[in-house]
Amino acid sequence: MLYVQLFYTFFLIGLFGFGGGYAMLSMIQSEVVTNHHWMTMGEFTDIVAVSQMTPGPIGINSATYVGYTAVVNAGLPHWMGILGSATATFAVVLPSFILMLLISKFLMQYKHHPLMEHIFTGLRPAVVGLLAAACLLLMTPDNFSTPTESPWQFCISVAIFILTLIACQTYKMNPIRVLLFCALVGILLF
Amino acid sequence: MLRNYQSPSPSALQTIQLFTTFFHIGLFTIGGGYAMIPLIEAKVVDEKQWISREELLDLMAVAQSCPGIFAVNIAIFIGYKTRGVWGALLSTLGCILPSFLIILSIALFFRQFQDNPWVARAFRGIRPCVVALIAAPTFKMAKTAKISLYNVWIPALSAFLIWMFGVSPIWIIVAAGLGGYLYGRLMSFTPESSPKGEGSLNSQEPSNDIKPQQ
Repeated sequence: MLYVQLFYTFFLIGLFGFGGGYAMLSMIQSEVVTNHHWMTMGEFTDIVAVSQMTPGPIGINSATYVGYTAVVNAGLPHWMGILGSATATFAVVLPSFILMLLISKFLMQYKHHPLMEHIFTGLRPAVVGLLAAACLLLMTPDNFSTPTESPWQFCISVAIFILTLIACQTYKMNPIRVLLFCALVGILLF
Repeated sequence: MLRNYQSPSPSALQTIQLFTTFFHIGLFTIGGGYAMIPLIEAKVVDEKQWISREELLDLMAVAQSCPGIFAVNIAIFIGYKTRGVWGALLSTLGCILPSFLIILSIALFFRQFQDNPWVARAFRGIRPCVVALIAAPTFKMAKTAKISLYNVWIPALSAFLIWMFGVSPIWIIVAAGLGGYLYGRLMSFTPESSPKGEGSLNSQEPSNDIKPQQ
C-alpha cells in the first residue's frame, strides 16, 4: 500500500514539477512531510542537504532518498527501503519520459517547418539568458563566502572561479578533471 | 539537411555508449540540472557529436518548459535522437543510476555524510568551480545563438528578470517563443525579406541610414 502511495505521489510530482529541482523540492516537502507524515521536517532538511551535495540531479537524489526513508520509517527492513527508492525514482521519471518521447518525435519531424524555426529563433537568445541567470543565482555567500565572514575562503573561491573559467574557455580542459582538481584544492586549502 | 552522422559504428555499441556516457555525466553533475550542461557540451556535442551545439540550445528550451527533471529530459531527447526508444531508455537509466547508487549507499552506510569535515572542505572547493563551469558555456552558447548588438537585449533582459525578480524561466521561454513566432510572421509580410528573421533585420538598418543622406 505504501508503495502505491509512493508511486502515485512521485508520479504527480514528476507530472506537475515544472521549473527544475528546487521548485520540485517544495512540492516533495508538502506531500511527504505535511500530507503523508512519512518523515519529520528535520529528516527532510537532511535529505535536501545530501541531495545538493551528491552528484546527480537534485530531483532524482531527493526522490531516491525520500523513497528509502519513507519505507524504513514505516518499520520495514532495509531491503524494502531500496524497493521504495526504486519506486519513487521510477515514478518521478515516468511522466517526463513519456512526454519527452512524444515531444522529441514531434520536434524531429517538424524541425525545419518555418513556424518552428521562427519560434526557435526567439528561444535561442532567451536560453542564453537562462544559463546566465542560473550562473548569477549561484553567486551567493553560501557558495563563495563573503570578505567579512571569511576573507581566506572568499579569496580562494574567487580564484577557483576565475581559474576554472580560464581553464574551460582558453585551454578547453575537461570539466570533470577541473571539478576533481577543485575538490582537491578545497581539501588542501580550507 | 544532413548533419554529420558520424562513424557507422554498430548500433548496439552506440546504445551501450549512450548508457556509459550518461552514467559518466550523471556521476559528475553536482549542483543541479544546469551543472550538466558543461558536461553534455564536452561529451555529447564535442566528443561524440550526437547533437550540435545549436540543437543543445533548442533542447534546453524544450527541457525547461517540459515538466520533470531538466537533466533527465535532456538525456531522453539525446537518447531518442541517437537510437530511438531504446536509446532514450538507456540514456535515462545511465543518467539516474549514479544518483540512485550513491544516495542508497549514503542512506545505508554513511548517515553522517553531510557532517564529514573532509566532504565539507571538498565542497567548498567544488561550489565556486561549478558556478564557473556553468558560466563558461554561456559565452559559447551566445555565439551559437548568434547574439549580436541587435538581440543582446533578449538574454540580458531574461537573465535580469529571473535573477532580480524571480520570474519563472518557463514564462521567459513562453514569451520568447511567442516573440519569435510573431516576429517571423511580421517579417514574412514585409516584401523582399529573407526567410530568416535576423537577416531581414540587418537588411532594414541601412535603408534607414540612407534617407538622411539624400
